Amino acid sequence: MIKFSETHEYVRVEGEYGYIGISDYAQKQLGNVVYVDMPEEGDELEAGEDFGAIESVKAASDLIAPVSGEVVEVNTALESDPRAVNRDPMANWIVKVRLSDPSQLDALMSPEAYAEFIK
Amino acid sequence: MDEILKTCLHDRHVALGALMSPFAGFDMPIQYSSIEEEHNAVRNACGVFDVSHMGEIIVTGEDATEFVNHIFTNDVSAAHDGQCLYGMMLNERGGVVDDLLVYRFNANRYLLVINASNIEKDERWVQEQMNAPRSDGGFFRVDLELVSEVTSELAIQGPEAERVVEEVLGIPCADLTFYTFKEAVYGGQPILISRTGYTGEDGFEVYGRDEEIVAMWDALMASGRCAPCGLGCRDTLRFEVGLPLYGDELTDDITPVEAGLTMFVKLDKPAFVGREPVAAQKAAGPERKVVGLELQDRAIPRHGYEVLDADDNVVGHVTTGYHGLSVDKSIAMALVDARCAALGTPLKVRIRRKTFPCVVVKKKFYKKSYKQ
Repeated sequence: MIKFSETHEYVRVEGEYGYIGISDYAQKQLGNVVYVDMPEEGDELEAGEDFGAIESVKAASDLIAPVSGEVVEVNTALESDPRAVNRDPMANWIVKVRLSDPSQLDALMSPEAYAEFIK
Repeated sequence: MDEILKTCLHDRHVALGALMSPFAGFDMPIQYSSIEEEHNAVRNACGVFDVSHMGEIIVTGEDATEFVNHIFTNDVSAAHDGQCLYGMMLNERGGVVDDLLVYRFNANRYLLVINASNIEKDERWVQEQMNAPRSDGGFFRVDLELVSEVTSELAIQGPEAERVVEEVLGIPCADLTFYTFKEAVYGGQPILISRTGYTGEDGFEVYGRDEEIVAMWDALMASGRCAPCGLGCRDTLRFEVGLPLYGDELTDDITPVEAGLTMFVKLDKPAFVGREPVAAQKAAGPERKVVGLELQDRAIPRHGYEVLDADDNVVGHVTTGYHGLSVDKSIAMALVDARCAALGTPLKVRIRRKTFPCVVVKKKFYKKSYKQ
């Protein structure tokens, strides 16, 4: 299952884990990503709060957690290759979290609803 | 500003699929392809910018030279006809009202090219100065023409710019030396062309009516020899070569001494607005200076971020910062306490929740390549 937030993050759910990244629409709006400021393993994300930032040449954009949870892995490959987010944002997630409240997913948009939202 | 303004090329930008964004009241192109591609086009070949948002004021009259010298830091009385001068207008405290280019046609006629973000402020300021009595009790015998709305401008920049202007636009320009200009003809109409720019590369700026500027833009696009370039790379290009942007490195509260621009302030010419505080500050040494910073980390210092010393005291703020495109490092310009301004001083920048070590370096991160 994949869900999207109004701030253009996605969470791809696999069991008790969620992989959080930014949408294809978001990476296009940003342009070339030059740096991803990521949290550390063990950090607790709070739904609706920023947990890092993604930077294009022009500007920094906050990353807003679509769900709450403990960071169990960060995608360290983005440190040396931040443009992976542009090439394939759905495959190149930013953090993996252990979902602390799966009911939060209900408040997010389905892929179809998100496609409508960005029109 | 109530309504968003559009330049005469707005339709072209939209048709090219540019990312548009408000800047200084105008809906302007930020990028067409990507900031990097456009940046590299200017460094390596040729790019064209729509800079029609810039403001223009013409000063004429028998006291034009004295008046411009009264409001401008550089010395136009020492310039020759056909020369451009960079400098600033200062307020009474020595802060910068605006930085600008002055074109000297002759002793009785000058063109001031001002920042779009300051058009209203500058027009008001110049009019106030014109209407204020001179030190001898008389008044400057000058007239102002506020021509921003009827003047459009292209900047054609890069090592190929001279050939592109000559061969695509058919405007002879090889004879122009750096910081000179001439009147020319395009499409049967008068235009103005100068060998100036804001990129650190060789290049030209062309002024004209909307009709001629649109025709030139179309010819440049049709030629395929000139990339359309947005304000995004205009900022990365000027930043890398250490050129200031009004609003970042220059404001009403930052002096030319603090900004490191005293070479454009001629203290030995007759009195001008802001001279005394700037002369005093130059003699005493400024309390703050604009410096370059280089980070070891890839995190990017942005405008407004705090700069700290080794003991975590806030000693200044970032004025402009990027991940450098020509130098693969995170770099910034920052306004810091003078005691922290020496080259090699270790400092820190606060970027969101963390602080990152950095070191004071020269603010020319990339070497200019002007044609003299």
